[in-house]
Amino acid sequence: MLPAPAPVINSTTAEFWKATTEGRFILQRCDACDIVLWFPRRNCPKCWTENVSTFDAQQTGTIYSFTVVRKGTGAFKDAGPFVIAYVELADGPRIMTNIVDCDIDALHIGMPVEMVFHDTGEGSALYRFRPASR
Amino acid sequence: MTIRGAAYVAGIYEHPRRDIPDRTLFEIHTEVALGALADAGLAMSDVDAVFCDGTAGFGPMSLVEHFGLRPSYFDSTETGGSSYLAHVGHAAAAIAAGKCSVALITLAGKPRTGRHEVSFASGSDAGFESGWGIAGAPHTYALAAQRHMYEFGTTSAQLAEIKVAASIHAQYNPNAYLPYAVTVEDVLNSPLVADPLHRLDCCVVTDGGGALIVVSPEVARSLNRTSAKILGHGEAIKHTNNGGIDLTYTGAVWSGPRAFAEAGVSVADIKYASIYDSFTITVLQTIEDLGFCEKGQGGKFVMDGGLVAPFGKLPFNTDGGGLCNNHPSNRGGITKVIEAVRQMRGEAHPAVQVPNCQISLAHGTGGSLGSKHGSVTLILGQEDA
Repeated sequence: MLPAPAPVINSTTAEFWKATTEGRFILQRCDACDIVLWFPRRNCPKCWTENVSTFDAQQTGTIYSFTVVRKGTGAFKDAGPFVIAYVELADGPRIMTNIVDCDIDALHIGMPVEMVFHDTGEGSALYRFRPASR
Repeated sequence: MTIRGAAYVAGIYEHPRRDIPDRTLFEIHTEVALGALADAGLAMSDVDAVFCDGTAGFGPMSLVEHFGLRPSYFDSTETGGSSYLAHVGHAAAAIAAGKCSVALITLAGKPRTGRHEVSFASGSDAGFESGWGIAGAPHTYALAAQRHMYEFGTTSAQLAEIKVAASIHAQYNPNAYLPYAVTVEDVLNSPLVADPLHRLDCCVVTDGGGALIVVSPEVARSLNRTSAKILGHGEAIKHTNNGGIDLTYTGAVWSGPRAFAEAGVSVADIKYASIYDSFTITVLQTIEDLGFCEKGQGGKFVMDGGLVAPFGKLPFNTDGGGLCNNHPSNRGGITKVIEAVRQMRGEAHPAVQVPNCQISLAHGTGGSLGSKHGSVTLILGQEDA
């Protein structure tokens, strides 16, 4: 499995990362201007209200762009070639992530993908994607 | 108020070395500062404004202390490799406002032979834009390249043409880290770092530095050295836009029009351009976004020697650029201004000097096309422009 180093967690992102350990991917929506927020924030970046609520997002999307890193460093030093990508979620935001469990040569922009969670062992799980099963 | 004609670049200096194990970071700052002041015909005691990035210590304070100065104006704007072009614009504005008259801008770094740890406080993006095995600029610039290829049919061979043009220029620069010409095949046959970027799509990693002296019109007139007139400046930050990132364009779409409007010139007036070249894709997107060609047509534009001096459609990076010459401190902005001033003075290498080079452009890109970056565009003219 691709290494899953724990992310930095702060008071604003704690709820998000806790949800990942339960297999949930939560997004925020601004109650005032109805936009979906990415990444987690206290204030809406459009109207700056603190009136934002969370919802369980769909765990599907399509590849917006990707790259195959031929040789990683740090925790990824021995990972072999791996994929960094932006996935456009079904709920809208384009998010940075990894694509895993895939044939690297078959990847393409627009490919449907589904979310998987990789436990970091430190109270969080990394949300990653694999080619959609259907 | 505009800064058009309010200030001049009177002195430039590019450190000649690419490995500097025997100097500290701050000693390199001094060396390049004295070099640029000597070029202008000024002394350290003339400096009344200091500009540096966020890697030179505690804001500008460490560097000011190190230099032994007491400036009336300072600025440590940090937008990665584009910082120094922002500094030029900010210095010109400060001079126009009467805050100072001799501004010193320096860059130094030792990513090859020294510790090169640049750390910033975690932004709210921490854990979302970072992580994922991202360990360097190629990984995220590759995302921009891949998407540009998908939307516009840009090819790796077209990206390679940009490296080839830079390498043709680098042959004439004895200080260049890679002073030899390469072919499209050489680029395509170099190892993939992060698809679709090959090793030769990436800039060099060099120790080094550079400095610029920006002065008031009165000071410029008093000097024996030919200055370059600052005609326009535009800056912008492009970011992930709340999950709405579009990887096919850069902040140059905003910084460029601001600079052109201030200068009162158009792309047709630009005889030479220093275009930030951390990667080949950086150049391709930037020349589209500055309006040198239609969006998506950058690949066609760079073919057939489009960027090769002195007679290409848009002679660029005649020092060999970051791709072949120098990318000191992993930041290419200051060398972009330096080579543009050489062109304005008619002091580029004769093989790559653009004839009758009256107006030039320098553009910096700092950060990542794949997430967030600062874009700064400068337009320079000859002293009497």
